[in-house]
Amino acid sequence: MKNFEYVRPASVSDAVAAAAVPGSAYLASGTNLLDLMKGGISRPDRLVDVTRLPGLDRIEHLADGGIRIGALVRNADLAHDPDFAKSCPAVAEALLSGASPQLRNAATVGGNLLQRTRCGYFYDTASACNKREPGTGCDARHGENRLHAVLGWSEACIATHPSDFCVPLVALDAVVEIEGRAGRREIALEALYRLPGDTPERENVLEPGDLIVALRLPPAVRTFSAHARYLKVRERTSYAFAMISAAAGLRIEAGKIRDARLALGGVAAKPWRARPAEDILAGASADAATFRRAAEAALADAKPSGDNLFKIELAKRIIVRALTLAAVGTPARMSALPGSPFASVSGVLHDA
Amino acid sequence: MNLSISLTVNGVRRDVELSDPRVTLLDLLRERLDLTGTKKGCDRGQCGACTVLVDGRRINSCLALAISHDGAGILTIEGVARGDQLHPVQAAFIAHDGFQCGFCTPGQIMSAIGLIEEAQAGDDPERIRECMSGNLCRCGAYAGITEAVLDAQQSLATANQRRSA
Ligand SMILES: Cc1cc2nc3c(=O)[nH]c(=O)nc-3n(C[C@H](O)[C@H](O)[C@H](O)COP(=O)(O)OP(=O)(O)OC[C@H]3O[C@@H](n4cnc5c(N)ncnc54)[C@H](O)[C@@H]3O)c2cc1C
Ligand code: SF4
Ligand code: FES
Ligand code: FES
Repeated sequence: MKNFEYVRPASVSDAVAAAAVPGSAYLASGTNLLDLMKGGISRPDRLVDVTRLPGLDRIEHLADGGIRIGALVRNADLAHDPDFAKSCPAVAEALLSGASPQLRNAATVGGNLLQRTRCGYFYDTASACNKREPGTGCDARHGENRLHAVLGWSEACIATHPSDFCVPLVALDAVVEIEGRAGRREIALEALYRLPGDTPERENVLEPGDLIVALRLPPAVRTFSAHARYLKVRERTSYAFAMISAAAGLRIEAGKIRDARLALGGVAAKPWRARPAEDILAGASADAATFRRAAEAALADAKPSGDNLFKIELAKRIIVRALTLAAVGTPARMSALPGSPFASVSGVLHDA
Repeated sequence: MNLSISLTVNGVRRDVELSDPRVTLLDLLRERLDLTGTKKGCDRGQCGACTVLVDGRRINSCLALAISHDGAGILTIEGVARGDQLHPVQAAFIAHDGFQCGFCTPGQIMSAIGLIEEAQAGDDPERIRECMSGNLCRCGAYAGITEAVLDAQQSLATANQRRSA
C-alpha cells in the first residue's frame, strides 16, 4: 500500500476543504477503500477520515413523513432500526443480503453508495482497465465477463455497480444531500451515478471535496411498505455480491396495482430503475401475466456484453419472482436468508 | 498528525506509537501487541478470521485502520476467558467439535459472541448460519459451529436469567 497522509477533520467544512486538495480521498469505515488501497488500485496521497464528524450518525423521521439517514449510520444499524425496517422493508432486506454481519457493522451509508465495482480486471493491476487507467482498454470486454453488465454499458467499460442497498433506494426515489465547496446541494440518488460512455473513470457526478452528508427518503416510501421485497441471486447463498437483484414495491388496492416501483442490481454501472415496467404495472391486476410483461419491458434494451446473455432471462425471472413475492405481502419477520430466492422453511436444519 | 494512539485492549490500556498510518488494527494486534490469537486469513474482508469486537461490535480487523480507531475498546480471543474458566462460547465449541485445524476458530468465536450480543438470530439454526456467514471454515466444521452457537446462546441466556432472578 502506498503511504498517505492521514487527517481527521473536526467539522464538515474542514473535511470538505481537506478533501478538495487533489489526491485526497474520504475514509469512512474503509471496508472498500482499504481493500482497494491494499491492491494498489486506489492510491490516495491523503485520507480524510470522516468517521468522527459530528451529527452524521442519526436516523431522523421528518415532520413530512420522510426519513433522513446520516452518511455515517452503519449498514447494520439502519437495517435493524425497527421503524426504518417497517417503513422500508426492501431496503432493510437489501442491506441484510449484502456482505457479512462484520462488514455491515462497519460499513457506512455513504461508503456503501460510493463503493466501486467488483470487476476482476479492475482489481488486477496487471490487466487493462479503462476505469482504473483511462485509455488502456478493457480486458473484461473479451475476458471473463459472465457477471458483467447487460444494460447501459459501453465498449469502454462493461462493469456493474455492486451495491445492494442502492437498488431499493433508487426505486424509492432516494435523494442524497451533498456538502461541497459551494455549500449544500441535493441530488436524486439515481442521478448521482453516471453510465460509462467514453469516461468510465467518472462514476458519479461528485466534484472534488464533495461529501455525502445524508440520504433522504420521501414520505411516499410508506405507501409501498406492505408489499415490498428485495431478491438477489448469488453464486452462493450468502456473503456474495449480486449476480442479479431486483427491488419491488407495490401499492395494491382492491386487487389492482395502483403504483409500482422496480429497480435492478447487477445489470449496469448504476442501480437500474425500470420505469417502463412500472408504467405497465400501474393500473394492472397483480398476476403472473402482468409481471412477465413488466419484466419484458424492463429488459427491452438489454444486450449481452459478453458471455452473459443468460443474465437477461435471469433478470426477467427474478423480476417476476420479486413482484410475485411483493404482491403476497411483506413478511411479518425478515426472511432467515434475506434476499435469497432459496430461503427454505425457517427452523429446519439442512443436515437434519 | 500525531501517530500515537491509545486503545483499551482486553481491558488494558495500550498506548502505541504507529510507524505510519497504514497499520491495520489486525497488524497492530498481532505485530505490535503480540496478540496473535486473532488470525490473518485473507487480509481483505473475505474470511472473518480476523474478527474482533470493537466497542462491543464484531468487525473485520484487517479492513480497519488502527489510527481511525484511536480510543476504542477492543476485545480479542485472548480476552474472553476468565482465567482458567473458558467463555461459554469457547466451551461450546469444544463440546460440539466446532473446529478441526482451529485456524478460523478465534474469528468464529468472536463472531459468535458478537452475534449473541446482536440478538437477531433467536434459536433458528438457519438464522444462526446466516449470521455466521462472515466466517469461513476451510475444514468445514460448520455443523458443529452452528450447534455450538445455539448451545452457548442458550447457556448464556440461562445464566443471565439466574443472575437476574
Ligand atoms: C468481502 C466483501 C463482501 C461484500 N459484499 C457486499 C455485498 O454483497 N453487497 C454490497 O452491497 N456490498 C458488499 N460489500 C461492500 C461493502 O458494502 C462496502 O465495502 C461498504 O458499504 C463500504 O462502506 P465503508 O464505510 O467501509 O466505505 P469506505 O471503504 O470507507 O469508502 C468507500 C468509498 O466511498 C467514499 N466515501 C465514503 N463515505 C463518503 C461520504 N460520506 N462522502 C463522500 N465519499 C465517501 C470513500 O472515499 C471511498 O471511495 C462487500 C465488501 C467486502 C469486503
Ligand atoms: S469492465 Fe470496466 S472496470 Fe472492468 S476491466 Fe473493463 S473498464 Fe475496467
Ligand atoms: S483476514 Fe480479515 S476477513 Fe480475512
Ligand atoms: S477449523 Fe480449520 S478452518 Fe475452521
